[in-house]
Amino acid sequence: MAKKENITLLRNRQKATAKAAVVFLIPSLVLIAVFIVYPIMDTLRISLYQWNGISADKVFIGLDNWKALLKDGRFWRSFSNNIKIMILSILIQIPIGLLLATFLDAGGKKCNVFKIIWFFPLLMSSVAIGFLFQYALATNGGLFSSISNFFGGGNIDLLGDPHKALYTVIGVIAWQFTPFYMVFFVAGYSGIDNDIYESAIIDGASRAIYVRSMALPLLKPTIKSACIISLIGSLKYFDLVYVMTGGGPGEATDLMATYMYSKSFNYFKMGYGSAIAAGMFILITTIAIVIRKILTGKET
Amino acid sequence: MDIYRKAKIRKNAAWIIAMIFAGFYTIAAAVPFIYMVLNSLKGQFEMLTSGVFALPEKVCFDNYKTVLQGGFMGYFARSVIVTAVSLGLLLFIAAFASYPLSRMNFKMRPVLYSLIIACMSIPMHVTLIPVFKMSTASGLYDTIWALPGPYAAFAMPMSVFILTNFMKTIPREIEEAAEIDGCGKYRNFFEIILPLAKSGLSTICIYNGVTFWNEYAFVKTLTQSSAAQTLPMAMNYFRGENSMNIPLILTVLTLAVLPMIILFCILQDKLVKGMTAGAVKG
Repeated sequence: MAKKENITLLRNRQKATAKAAVVFLIPSLVLIAVFIVYPIMDTLRISLYQWNGISADKVFIGLDNWKALLKDGRFWRSFSNNIKIMILSILIQIPIGLLLATFLDAGGKKCNVFKIIWFFPLLMSSVAIGFLFQYALATNGGLFSSISNFFGGGNIDLLGDPHKALYTVIGVIAWQFTPFYMVFFVAGYSGIDNDIYESAIIDGASRAIYVRSMALPLLKPTIKSACIISLIGSLKYFDLVYVMTGGGPGEATDLMATYMYSKSFNYFKMGYGSAIAAGMFILITTIAIVIRKILTGKET
Repeated sequence: MDIYRKAKIRKNAAWIIAMIFAGFYTIAAAVPFIYMVLNSLKGQFEMLTSGVFALPEKVCFDNYKTVLQGGFMGYFARSVIVTAVSLGLLLFIAAFASYPLSRMNFKMRPVLYSLIIACMSIPMHVTLIPVFKMSTASGLYDTIWALPGPYAAFAMPMSVFILTNFMKTIPREIEEAAEIDGCGKYRNFFEIILPLAKSGLSTICIYNGVTFWNEYAFVKTLTQSSAAQTLPMAMNYFRGENSMNIPLILTVLTLAVLPMIILFCILQDKLVKGMTAGAVKG
């Protein structure tokens, strides 16, 4: 008898806990359902229509948008631009960020001035950076042109030249985000036990040896997660490029997000825009899952 | 002796190389800022005639006056309201969600937690058209009230992630003791967990505050008139009004970063920690 009572008591408590949990979770689940889950479904649905976003007449066209998307050279080109940004961001930002962090870690307190100045770009919004560099990179009265003029060269057109524009954009992105990886790695360095450094020095290791054979292996998980962040961020990139180049000149700096935006909100092809958005969603999710598996699957 | 000296020379050489590198990077990081501030103090034509690195003939704050009187403060105020409302909404809801996810045992927990966390890598663009549709249908389109909902929703996964990890570190005994004293789950949350989670809450405040302050794609899509827009759109607005006056637009940019720089000076380490908080573990 007593045992049975205990079980019901336990069950009642579990029930009460579950009830409380539901009450606490409802607001967040509602928010996510309304602003994330439902919109994703709706995007998939709209991608089956031809629709200008305003008028009531939506024409159901089945998978036509998707077929067009698969053959759309501009979409794949913008995807490859995203991939280029992704690869070069990892190759540029993470090593430089690591170098800066190593310098700051070795320099200690007296290098704080550097840390503050280096952090500044991260304080600016992407939109502001886009505007600033639009002027700073202008052919007339821009930074590089002025420097080149000073040394007797001509004006330099970095954003107007389709061959250089994407790399210029990548440079500006590097300027913006390298400080992020810097502070990220500084945090990683400060997470390493000071005893490790001290015992290495007592054993006669130099700073370089300490960094190379002790700190870097210990920072490996930090570097990995920095790579994942950079990866996913590069695939979603929007504000800066949209403001700075608008995808141009021509289509040279088109990204998936800027292409989607201009198709949907400048040309009002919401159906096709939805297909681009959904395609982008599928690509990013797949890549994120695969990369996460590769990087964290072997060892953690 | 010789070895010692060699090592010392090598060390000095390494430092010199490191300092040169640091110097270069400092120039690279600072020059665009110098360009921005310096030229914001010049007249419209002075910038082009005298060269971008020349000091202004006489420092004039005319641009600042024009911008501040030309509607900038309105953008600023709306940014403050939107950021504050979104943060308030987010903090409450994320704290609510994190409490059961970190401290209660129930069957659905792992599923719900991974569902929320999985939303982290979703690009907002996939929701843009439907959210735009919803805002026009609900009449919130072109008001600042269209923004807090999507902002809070997209900030939710990361915030829940940070807060759940934080709440897990609060010792269980405190809560159990309160429960014995007759505290229910709800009182527990408001009177014990929430006050103890303060530093976790301040971290997500900084992390998301910066994001909300700078957000662009939703404002651009969900608002149209300047009476409903936040700071990132102010740059568009001023360029539309004075497209040829570069120093004036550089003034807008300078004024827009200023609050962030002030904030950075006041709570440097906290801000840095907050901005990288989301990155603890991919």
